[in-house]
Amino acid sequence: MFEKSYSAIIVIVSILTIWEITSRLLQIPTWILPAPTTIVQEAFTSWHNYNHHILSTITLTGSGFAIGVSVGLLIAILLHLVPRIREALYPLLILSQNIPIIVLAPLLVIWFGFGITPKLLIITLVCFFPIAVATIDGLKQTNPELIHYMKMAGATNRQIFTKLELPHAIPQLFSGLKISATYSVMGAVISEWLGANQGIGVYMTLASSSFRTDRVFVAIFFIMILCLIFFSLIITAERLILKWRPSEEGKR
Amino acid sequence: MSTLEIEQLSKSFGSQPILEQLQFHVKEGEFVSLLGPSGSGKSTIFHLIGGLYKPDYGSIRLNGNEISGQKGSISYMPQTPSLFPWRTILENVTLGVELFEKPDKEKAKKMLERAGLADYIDAYPHELSGGMRQRVAFIRSILSPQPFICLDEPFSALDEFTRLEMQKWLLSIWDEERPSVLFVTHNIEEAIFLSDRILVLGSKPAQVIKEFDIAFDRPRNGELTLTSEFLDVKKAVYQTLRGELDD
Repeated sequence: MFEKSYSAIIVIVSILTIWEITSRLLQIPTWILPAPTTIVQEAFTSWHNYNHHILSTITLTGSGFAIGVSVGLLIAILLHLVPRIREALYPLLILSQNIPIIVLAPLLVIWFGFGITPKLLIITLVCFFPIAVATIDGLKQTNPELIHYMKMAGATNRQIFTKLELPHAIPQLFSGLKISATYSVMGAVISEWLGANQGIGVYMTLASSSFRTDRVFVAIFFIMILCLIFFSLIITAERLILKWRPSEEGKR
Repeated sequence: MSTLEIEQLSKSFGSQPILEQLQFHVKEGEFVSLLGPSGSGKSTIFHLIGGLYKPDYGSIRLNGNEISGQKGSISYMPQTPSLFPWRTILENVTLGVELFEKPDKEKAKKMLERAGLADYIDAYPHELSGGMRQRVAFIRSILSPQPFICLDEPFSALDEFTRLEMQKWLLSIWDEERPSVLFVTHNIEEAIFLSDRILVLGSKPAQVIKEFDIAFDRPRNGELTLTSEFLDVKKAVYQTLRGELDD
């Protein structure tokens, strides 16, 4: 575990060093590519100017993610329980992911205005799909031997679903959650570009239109941090909930 | 009180008859084995008793009540342990009860302790050996509310040493309450060692071709399998089975 993060840190530090040296040696103008030290300096000095943007993005991401997860779960359960709906809706689900969000976003603004609705819709759209697909797969892959036992033991269809299929799908659900967690931050930032009065997306648009490239990088940096935090929250929850799984070391 | 009577049971899949006019019974407190080669329709018999399929013809009566096509009338132990990996051993053994009523955890704990699994009550299935998992699966079927137990080749995946251990263990647990048991196997020695009666099945379609009463005293121990009386029975059963295979 420590050795792995150790090598990752070395790579990151060397990239930053090369970046710092080249931008200084070649004297690249700050509005094209600021040096890492310039970005850090900006991050510290104008913290009070942008911290409310970060807070607003966190709230938006959190609520969008919660809605997206619930929608994804509901769709997965519905499609699993009613095969006819699955046949009818599954292709539609995949098609929904082929519409570029960048194209869809302005349309949503036309339909729903600049309020919170189109923003939550965008995050839901990017979040629900990984959850739904992963959960449907998890439900479908339930061990047939266990299903056979449940049937022989006299379990009702409802008991087979709640006691067997649903808990069986939880590991897969978590793979979906990990993907959605990172997507949700991206979704939130994109939705803020559309028109909002605060959020990292807004801060980013303002910065880039005034050629404050250092601030754009500050925004990128915070987006990455948010992604990492969401991701590690999911991993922690996974460890707590799936404590019955054989440990990784034991497998090897 | 639980007896099983099977009469004129017939079932075919497509044009392939699997069971034809199958007839046998299990008395109260009796341990009966169905012995037959692989593919002789043993599993189909269980699926019919378990109510997963409906017979084409004939009846299955448990304590005098018709149960064909009714799920959940018997307690069942499958070939593989089929434990739920996210449940602890205690939660696994109470699963059969849980489907019908609120499980009695204390009773389950006592049962696990008596079965030599006291150290594993809160463990997860992946922490147990194959033989241990089969023990858990058997306890689960004993604890299930249905008094009639069907065991479907439960030891076929175990090695010879573990298998003998398990057979002795199974008898010791069974001896305590003596529930009626229908045991399916393709192992002659196992059938003789465990049963009060052996029904030899002929294949395609499955029929009872011969019945053996096994009169050895209980409790039985491992030395029994080496006595000449035991070997005589084994020979007789073997010849019946071989005769069936030669046809």
